[in-house]
Amino acid sequence: MKILVCISNVPDTTTKVKFTDNNTKFDSTGVQWVINPWDELALTRALELKDNPASGVKGVTVAHVGPATSEPTIRKALAIGADDAIRVNFEPTEAYQVAAQLAEVIKNEPFDIILCGIESSDYNGSTVGSMLAEFLNAPSVSAVSGLNVENGEATITRDIDGGKETVSVPKPFVAIVQKGIAKEPRIAAMRGIMQARTKQIKVVEPVSVSPLTELIEFEPPKPRAKCIFVDAENPKQLIELLQNEAKVI
Amino acid sequence: MSVLVFTENWDGNFKKLSFELVSYAAKVAEMTGTTATALSIGQVSDDELKKLGNYGAKKIISLKSDLLKNLDSQAYTAAIAEIAQNEGAKIIVLANNNMGKSIAPRLSVRLKAAIGSGTNKLPLSTDPFVVYRKVYSGNAFAHLKLNTEIKILTLMQNSFDPVETANEASIENREVSIDGAMVKTQVKDVQKQTGKLLLTDAEIVVSGGRGMKSPDNWGPLVELADLLGAATACSRPVSDEGWRPHEEHTGQTGKIVAPNLYIAVGISGATQHLAGVSASKYIVAINSDKDAPIFEAAQYGIVGDAAKILPQLVNAVKEVKAK
Ligand SMILES: Cc1cc2nc3c(=O)[nH]c(=O)nc-3n(C[C@H](O)[C@H](O)[C@H](O)COP(=O)(O)OP(=O)(O)OC[C@H]3O[C@@H](n4cnc5c(N)ncnc54)[C@H](O)[C@@H]3O)c2cc1C
Repeated sequence: MKILVCISNVPDTTTKVKFTDNNTKFDSTGVQWVINPWDELALTRALELKDNPASGVKGVTVAHVGPATSEPTIRKALAIGADDAIRVNFEPTEAYQVAAQLAEVIKNEPFDIILCGIESSDYNGSTVGSMLAEFLNAPSVSAVSGLNVENGEATITRDIDGGKETVSVPKPFVAIVQKGIAKEPRIAAMRGIMQARTKQIKVVEPVSVSPLTELIEFEPPKPRAKCIFVDAENPKQLIELLQNEAKVI
Repeated sequence: MSVLVFTENWDGNFKKLSFELVSYAAKVAEMTGTTATALSIGQVSDDELKKLGNYGAKKIISLKSDLLKNLDSQAYTAAIAEIAQNEGAKIIVLANNNMGKSIAPRLSVRLKAAIGSGTNKLPLSTDPFVVYRKVYSGNAFAHLKLNTEIKILTLMQNSFDPVETANEASIENREVSIDGAMVKTQVKDVQKQTGKLLLTDAEIVVSGGRGMKSPDNWGPLVELADLLGAATACSRPVSDEGWRPHEEHTGQTGKIVAPNLYIAVGISGATQHLAGVSASKYIVAINSDKDAPIFEAAQYGIVGDAAKILPQLVNAVKEVKAK
């Protein structure tokens, strides 16, 4: 049984976001690139399952759609413990293209469980996982906060408004994972980093997929009004401001 | 032509989010010279369905098939796509919540319809069709043009005020061509907390961070929340430490909320925390460090010790309420 973890290459979450070319391009000067946080958790869970012989999980592959410049991030995933990697040599502009490329990969090389993070911290689309499932005509489960596999049989916990549901779907399926799927992201050890150097990154050429959307421009957030400070000796004044000025209580 | 808006129900009832969605769809319909049709899936009474009309839906379609009792992303996608095609819908609106996120992207592929996910505003223009959406976890917004004939929008919760209008809506019970074999999701167990205000539904949120010092200090924070009719939340380290339940974790990797008022107590204001709360209309910060970044995001602040200030705020709210 094999798991595929789809990973996105995103700016470190503390990056000061700036744009160039009249606010149409993200300014990547000096930016540190990392595995998207949820994808990292997905990878962690996949590896935990593989570590447990009773799960029946035999291999963990990562897939990424992006140019050669994102290989350091793929190497990081290999150092954390993925067995091998597939990179589709294509620079996507939107989720639809990413999902379409990943679907091609999976049609050529089947996996039993496909994991995607709930969103990427750059586009915040929350769309790739479910789009991929639809391209594959496979079941998908969203908001997954728990995944267990025993003898190849998966039990999934998903979040619903105000609670949780335990569900199962036939394989192959796509699970779109979020908080809870793993506790802490696994960190690459020295040995892993050494081994990653010799692990394979298979590069596949893209299929042609036209985008459905077009970015017009980015807009920085509007600066908030300056903070009004209330004297710590008189917190009551805060309640008065919230009631009479902001009118929110 | 029409704008189709899908709204889920909670044990047969709609909530504010449903009315936000329908009001939003009605406005988008007006902008595009058409009308809004609401779609409900599940056992909802006619009296409840009628409420959608009060927010501007001209037609209400109700699917009550037992096959759609639980959320199965493929069956729901098939059902909504079928209705959208029958209605000739050119724009489909869903919520940007767990349910919407599991269906909208599938619909996008099925109908080859561009998606503007997580929008918090009306389209900036309708010809070309440009939507406004959050990117970089709230550190920027994008103007995104949707280039397909059919378009899908998912709306952030609490970003559009419901508008009641005098309106007569028709209700139609429909069937769709779904068979049992299509439903792949088996629900084995459901655990629901009942009677608790959901964090994502709350208009006021009182949230505590590591500056609360210990899990034993939450009493006055919870009391303040109760008095304000607020939900409680926390920063990630607080839930990681087990001081508070995981459902309360807000931020980039937790819940994303947009209440009218977010009160951050002993929270430093890391970018990852702000990513989940920056869409709040007002942020109040209580922090002992006057240089804490949270004050840059806040409109009101108190520099001081949370342990001293919270009980005084509780008393102040009690006084105001007594009046
Ligand atoms: C990939 C990634 C994702 C992350 N996702 C999230 C997320 O979703 N949500 C999240 O919250 N964090 C997230 N984090 C962690 C984040 O970077 C911060 O570490 C975290 O938000 C800090 O929590 P805090 O503000 O409670 O604690 P601290 O940063 O320790 O701040 C405590 C604050 O309390 C104040 N304080 C101390 N004593 C008192 C007192 N007596 N009275 C009043 N104030 C006091 C201090 O001045 C300080 O500002 C993420 C980090 C990474 C790397």
